[in-house]
Amino acid sequence: MAKEEQDKILDEVTQSDYKYGFVTDIENDDIGKGLSEDVIRMISAKKNEPEFMLEFRLKAYRHWLTMKMPEWAYLKIPPIDYQDIIFYSAPKQKAKLESMDDVDPEIRATFDKLGIPLDEQKLLANVAVDVVMDSSSVKTTFKQALAEKGVIFCSFSDAVQEHPDLIQEYMGTVVPVQDNFFAALNSAVFSDGSFVYIPKGVRCPMELSTYFRINAENTGQFERTLIVCEDDSYVSYLEGCTAPMRDENQLHAAIVEIIVKDNAEVKYSTVQNWYPGNKEGKGGIYNFVTKRGICQGVNSKLMWAQVETGSAVTWKYPSTILKGDGSSSEFYSVAVTNNHQQADTGSKMIHIGNNTKSTIISKGISAGKSSNSYRGLVKVTKNCEGARNFSQCDSLLLGDKCGAHTFPYLEIGNKSAKVEHEATTSKIGEDQIFYCNQRGISTEDAIGLIVNGYAKEVINKMPMEFAVEAQKLLAISLEGSVG
Amino acid sequence: MLSIKNLHVSIDGKEILKGINLEVKPGEVHAIMGPNGAGKSTLASVLAGRDLYEVTEGEIVFQGKDVLDMAPEDRAKEGIFLGFQYPIEIPGVSTVNFMKTAVNEHRKHKGLAPLTASDFLKLMRDKKNLVEIDSKLTNRSVNEGFSGGEKKKNEIFQMAMLEPKLAVLDETDSGLDIDALRVVANGVNKLKTAENSTIVITHYQRLLDYIVPDVVHVLFDGRIVKTAGKELALELEEKGYDWIKEENGK
Repeated sequence: MAKEEQDKILDEVTQSDYKYGFVTDIENDDIGKGLSEDVIRMISAKKNEPEFMLEFRLKAYRHWLTMKMPEWAYLKIPPIDYQDIIFYSAPKQKAKLESMDDVDPEIRATFDKLGIPLDEQKLLANVAVDVVMDSSSVKTTFKQALAEKGVIFCSFSDAVQEHPDLIQEYMGTVVPVQDNFFAALNSAVFSDGSFVYIPKGVRCPMELSTYFRINAENTGQFERTLIVCEDDSYVSYLEGCTAPMRDENQLHAAIVEIIVKDNAEVKYSTVQNWYPGNKEGKGGIYNFVTKRGICQGVNSKLMWAQVETGSAVTWKYPSTILKGDGSSSEFYSVAVTNNHQQADTGSKMIHIGNNTKSTIISKGISAGKSSNSYRGLVKVTKNCEGARNFSQCDSLLLGDKCGAHTFPYLEIGNKSAKVEHEATTSKIGEDQIFYCNQRGISTEDAIGLIVNGYAKEVINKMPMEFAVEAQKLLAISLEGSVG
Repeated sequence: MLSIKNLHVSIDGKEILKGINLEVKPGEVHAIMGPNGAGKSTLASVLAGRDLYEVTEGEIVFQGKDVLDMAPEDRAKEGIFLGFQYPIEIPGVSTVNFMKTAVNEHRKHKGLAPLTASDFLKLMRDKKNLVEIDSKLTNRSVNEGFSGGEKKKNEIFQMAMLEPKLAVLDETDSGLDIDALRVVANGVNKLKTAENSTIVITHYQRLLDYIVPDVVHVLFDGRIVKTAGKELALELEEKGYDWIKEENGK
C-alpha cells in the first residue's frame, strides 16, 4: 500500500469516536478536593464504617506519605497533583433502594445507554450486576436469588456493614496496604467496589458482573474488589468500565484481591474501556490497578482474561500467587493502544507450591502513535518442585509510528522448574490485506478480520456475551486502521 | 470481456511490461506462457490492482469499465479473480469466516441480501464437493500451515465460491504433484461456462494437458511475441524457450 494511502487511513483511525463519552447530569455528594487524614476520616464517617476500617485506611495513608510514585514503567506521565482530586463523590439519592423504581431515572438512563441490564426484568441475561458510579455502588441485582445459594454478592460498603467479620479477615491479605504506591492510596481512600463470597461446595449459578463508571468531574475512582472462594466452589466474574470524555486526566486506582481455596476455581474477565483521551492525547483516564489473586488451596485455579482498549495510561499486572500444591493459573490478555495511549501491562506468576502451573498469553496491538509494553514476571521459589510456566507475548503493529516492547523477567530458584517464553512481533502485511482485497473485502474489514483472528485465542476464553462485546470493541478501537 | 491495449507497467522506474495487447472473449481460455522474468506475474498482479506497480501507459477495459480506476476489492466484486502464485497465510482467521465475509461483500455489490448461516454452509459444502477438496482445510485458518498443493486447491475452492467472470490463475501448477494438478485442473474445468473466461499463466505445458486453452500467447521481455492455438504450447514444450529468444534477438 502506498505511503500516503497508509497515512490517510491511519488518520481516519483517529476519527473514530468514543461512544461512551457522555456525562450524566445528576447531583453529586462530594467532599471537595484534596487529601489529608481529615478527608479520610470524613470518607469513613460518611460510610458509617466500623473502627477497624478507619484504622486500615489511616495506616495505608501514613504509609503512602512515605512512598513515591513508581517510575520503572515504560510510561510518560506528567506529575499528578493529589490535592487537586476529589476523593469521594457519590450520586445523591434518597434512603435505601428497595426496588429498581427507586433508582434515579438519570442513572438508569445512563446504564441503559451503556447497555447494562440493571432491570431485573431482563432476567434473560442471567448475569447479576453490581454497578459502581463514581465512588458508590448504585444497585446490585439478583441479590435475593444469590442469597438462596449462600452466595454473597454486594457492594463493598454493604459488605462492610453486613459482613464486617469477612472483610476484616480477608481485606488486605493479598494486596497489603504497603504493597505499592497506588495500592496504598487506594487502601486509604477507596469508597466502594464489590464483594463476592462463594461458600464451600457452591457453584455460583450465574456470572457475576460489576460495572464501573466514572461520571463526576475532577474525581478519582478508587474501588476495591474482594472475591473469596471457599473449598470446591466456582465463580465467573466479569468487570467492565467506561467514563465520559473530559479534557483533564482522571485517576483510577483500583485493587482486586482474590482468594481461592482447595479445589476452587475463579474466572475473572475484564473489558476495560475507560476514555482513552482524544486523538491529540488530551484527557483520558490514568489507570493504575493492582490485581492479585492467591491460589491458596491445593489444586485451586485462577484464570484472568482481559481485553483492554481504553485509558490514556494503563499500569496493570494481574498476578497470581500459586501457593497450594497443584494449583494453576492462566492469564489471557489483549491490550490495544491507539493514538497517544500508553500501556505497560502484563502478569506475574509466583510459584510457591509444588507442581504448580501457569500460562501467560499476551497479545498487544499498537496503532497510531501509541506505546504498548508487556512486562511480566515468572518467579519460582527455592522450595517449589516441579513448577511449569509457558509464556507467549505477541505484538502486532499497525503503521510505523507506534511502538511495542516486551520486558519478561524470570527468577527461577529451583532446578526442577520448566519455564518457556516465546515472543513475536508482526505487522499486518500488505500482502495479507491485498489478498483480502482481491476477494472483495475492503481494507478496513480486512484489518478487522485479521485483528480479531490475532486476538481470538484470548477472546475465546471469555464468557460468550463478553466475547461478543470484546470483538466489537476491538473493531471500534481500530476503526479505519492501517496497512 | 477483457481488453488490454498498449499496457506499459514499471516498478521502481524499471519497465516490466512494454506494450501488452490482449483480447479475451466470454467463454475463452487463454494461456500465457513464457520464460522466467518475462512479466507474466506482473500482468496478473496489475489486472488485480496490486499497487506496487505503476501503469505508465495504456488501458485495461473489463466489461466496458475502466479497470485501472478501480480499487482491488471493486475489481474483485466486478468479477475478476486472481489465483495467487503464492497464496497468503492469515493466521487466526478461519476460512469459513473469511469466505463468508467475501461472499457477502460480493452479494452486497449485486444488491443481494447476505446469506444466512445455513445457506452459506450449504454453499460451502456444495463447492467443496465440486472441487473435491478436503473438508478439514476449510476448518482451519486461511492457508495457515497448508502445503503448497493445499494452498492451490484452496484457491480453486475460493474461485468456486465467488464465481468470477474472469479468473486469472498465476502459476497455479507450480509446486503441484500430479494428483493435486488433476484436482486443480478438474476444478477449473467444472467451473467453466460459456460466459466466463480464464487466463492460465504457466511456465510449463503440463497444466495445458488438463486445461485445454483456446489461445496460447508467449510473453517475452514484456511483450506478447507469439499468439496461436493450443499446438503452440506443445511446440514450446518440445523446443524450450530458446528459439523464442533467438527470434527476438536476445
